Parts: sequence; structure tokens; C-alpha cells
Amino acid sequence: MIQFLVHERSDNVGVATVDIKAGEVAKGLFMDTQAPVKVRALTAIPLGHKVGLRDLKMGDTVIKYGHDIGRVTATIQVGEHVHIHNLRTKRW
Amino acid sequence: MNTPKILGYRRENGRVGVRNHVVILPLDDLSNAACEAVANNIKGTLAIPHPYGRLQFGEDLTLFFRTIIGAGANPNVAAVVVIGIEPEWTERVVSGIAQTGKPVKGFAIERHGDLQTIAEASRQAKEYLQRASELQRTECSLDELYISVKCGESDTTSGLASNPTVGNAIDELVAMGATTSFGETSEITGAELVCKERAATPAVGEAFMKAWTAYNDLIVSHKTDDLSGSQPTQGNIRGGLTTIEEKAFGNLQKIGKQARYVGVLKPAEAPRGKGLWFMDTSSAAAEAVTLWAASGAVVHLFPTGQGNVIGNPILPVIKLSANPITCQTMSEHIDLDVSAILRGEMTLDQAGDKLLDLIVRTANGRLTAAEALGHREFVLTKLYVSA
Repeated sequence: MIQFLVHERSDNVGVATVDIKAGEVAKGLFMDTQAPVKVRALTAIPLGHKVGLRDLKMGDTVIKYGHDIGRVTATIQVGEHVHIHNLRTKRW
Repeated sequence: MNTPKILGYRRENGRVGVRNHVVILPLDDLSNAACEAVANNIKGTLAIPHPYGRLQFGEDLTLFFRTIIGAGANPNVAAVVVIGIEPEWTERVVSGIAQTGKPVKGFAIERHGDLQTIAEASRQAKEYLQRASELQRTECSLDELYISVKCGESDTTSGLASNPTVGNAIDELVAMGATTSFGETSEITGAELVCKERAATPAVGEAFMKAWTAYNDLIVSHKTDDLSGSQPTQGNIRGGLTTIEEKAFGNLQKIGKQARYVGVLKPAEAPRGKGLWFMDTSSAAAEAVTLWAASGAVVHLFPTGQGNVIGNPILPVIKLSANPITCQTMSEHIDLDVSAILRGEMTLDQAGDKLLDLIVRTANGRLTAAEALGHREFVLTKLYVSA
């Protein structure tokens, strides 16, 4: 069963389509290429929330839909929950 | 695919509606009580109270009249009784609605009082209701409808599945020759250049950028923080959306992959032809849907993630969600559950076809969840303080 989806190959985050437990190796799918992808969740990722697919440092850009959706404000490791604690808008 | 037939109400001006309301329309806040009394006397009529209409001026007043007149002129409305505190602006609303050819009459409270006004307006409302009850649905074509789209309490499932489902249907509707509209100007922030590229011509793209820039400048001039909690909302954040940019790219999925917007509309302005139109609106659900109702839309598609429960008194709001928690815990609000897309058990084409089928059934008279639950949010957009 697919546990997370990634909009585009260039994205560095995926979206959990079920609740993913910490430590679990989750199975995902790139929506544009249908290629499979796996990630070990470092933290619990609730349904609808994002999981990091690459290591990111402060100031890096998070890519989703193949586009810039904001800047990293705290280091993100592969498998970590990505949300308001480590990602902020570049607008407003 | 062949353009489906629907059973609708063809109005005096040729436009097709899918509901047959007799509306008791207040000019202003002071006239709400009389309108509600008339609707209470004459069962089956519909009062749509609102908090404005006094001492507005300039562009705000123009938008007010466009919204009130547009609501009465909507093809889902068979006839209108207008009640205002004084006769001049009441007549302005009546004459605006009368241009559609539909029955409309105004009543002013000053020099009569509430009770006499209610009595006279009730007699008129009764006559209109009985007349409307004899109108028959006739065969019309789905492409004759004007359909608006706006999402609410979005989450990441909106961008993954429910918004693309709407986009799939929009591509089909526009290909058929229907009239459609999207908006939510502030919520395109982050994806504005992608949106600009979806315009039918460079001039239309520039018109969009002008509207977006003006809205963004307004937000920047008033903001005290990065708006997190307001835009994205707390509900968006709970659902996993983090930034306005992320929300914007999900939002734009609603306009599909092929359709290009042919023009930019002011708030509550009616489209000037078929195809997809951008309307400059707030992203707040009830405000925006009211603007589309006033622009003449007769069916609204509303994808939600966390479960926005909005309805509108004259514009049926079809709600769909791909969030399995929302579809389970708020099932009474959801007209179409597309959560199977997330499980890989339904394709976007299948979901789009299900949505088109639901549009046809709704146009034929099926009540939406919001209608059955009595959601009648009618919220005017106010641009600035009154004089």
C-alpha cells in the first residue's frame, strides 16, 4: 500500500496519505513518473503532512509541485516531518 | 463526450437556472427584520439578510449594488421582493434586477413602518411564489450553465486529489462551451506567474497580474506578521499545509490542465462570454461564493480538505473531499468522496466524470448537502469603512 505521494520528481518533500509511524520505512510514489520511492520516517508523519526526502539546511528552498513553496528555517533530515517548525513562506 | 442534457429553468433573458427561488431581498441591514417576517409569512420564499447597505460610498458602494442586484438577477431566482428603508436606493435595486425581465417589486419602510410594509410585501411575495410554483423545468444543455469553483479549509489532499478532480471537470466543461470562473486572488500568491501563463492572451495575463499585485500590496500594507494562521488558516495548517506558496499551487489545480482564462472580472461582475474567467475575489469562502452568486453562477464546485461547511442561499454548493478523515467524520457535508484517489483506487478521469454526473444531478434538482443542511451564508464583500 502506498503511504505517501510526491507530486513531481524534483520535489524534496512527499505527502503522507496515511498516518506514518516513526521508524517505519514508508512506501511512496512519484505522481509524474509513477516511480516508486521509500523513506524511513524519523518522526511520526500524520496523514496530509509532509516528509523530507532530502537533507536540507537553513535557507534552502523546499520544492513541491516542482516549485518553490518556502525557505527552510531549521535543518531538515531525510524522513523528518516538514511543517511550520522548519518551513516558512518567502512572501508576506 | 456528448454534452449532457439537464432540466433547468430558462429565464426571461434566456439564461438557465437550476433553482426556482422567490427571494425577499433587503436593501440594507435595517430591512432584514421585515424581509424575515415576509419569508416567515409566505412559506417557501427565501429572505437573505445581510449587514450592509448604509452610508457606503465610491467603489465600495458600486460593489454593494453590483452584488445585491446580481443576487436578485441570478437565474436561480424566479422573482424578487426588495425591501429597503427608503425608496430611492430600493428603486435602484429593483430597476437593476428588472433588466433581466423577471418579476420584481420594491417596498420602502419610511412613511409606512415595518407592519404595513410586511403586509404589502407579503401579498406580493405570495403572488410571486404561486407564479414561480407553476414554472416548469425544461430541457437545456449543460454548456448553458455558468459554474464557479473555489476551495476551502484546504489541506494537502486538496492539492493531490479534490482540486485536480475539479480541474478535470473544468477542462471538460470548458471544452463543451460552458461558462466557468475561478478566483481567490490572494491565494494565488506564490503561483502568480504560473497563473499568469494560463491566460488566453498576454493582455489577459497582465490584467490578472494587475489585480493580483493590487491585492498583494493591500495585504502587505496591513499585515503585522507573516499571516500564518490567517492565510494559510489554522485548519489548513492542521491539515499539513505550511505556506501560502504551497497552498497556491494546490489551489491552482482547480483550473485543470488545458483551459485558459479568457478575461479578468471585477468582484461580482458577470462573465462576458463562454469559457474560463478569473474573478478578483477574497479567498474567504462565504465572501467569494457570494460574489460568484452575484455574478450569475448557478452551480458552485467546492473541494475541501479539513471540511469547510459553506453553502449559499441561491447558489448550490457541491462539496467534494479527498481527505478520508473528513469524509468519515463529516460525511453529511460531503457530496462526493474522492479519497479513493489517494489509495490509488480511482483515477482523476474517473473522479472528474463522477463530479460531472453530480453536477447534472444537482442541476436537475438534487439538493446539495449544504442545501439540505440549511447553509445559507450570504456575505457581502466590503472594501472599506462606511462614511
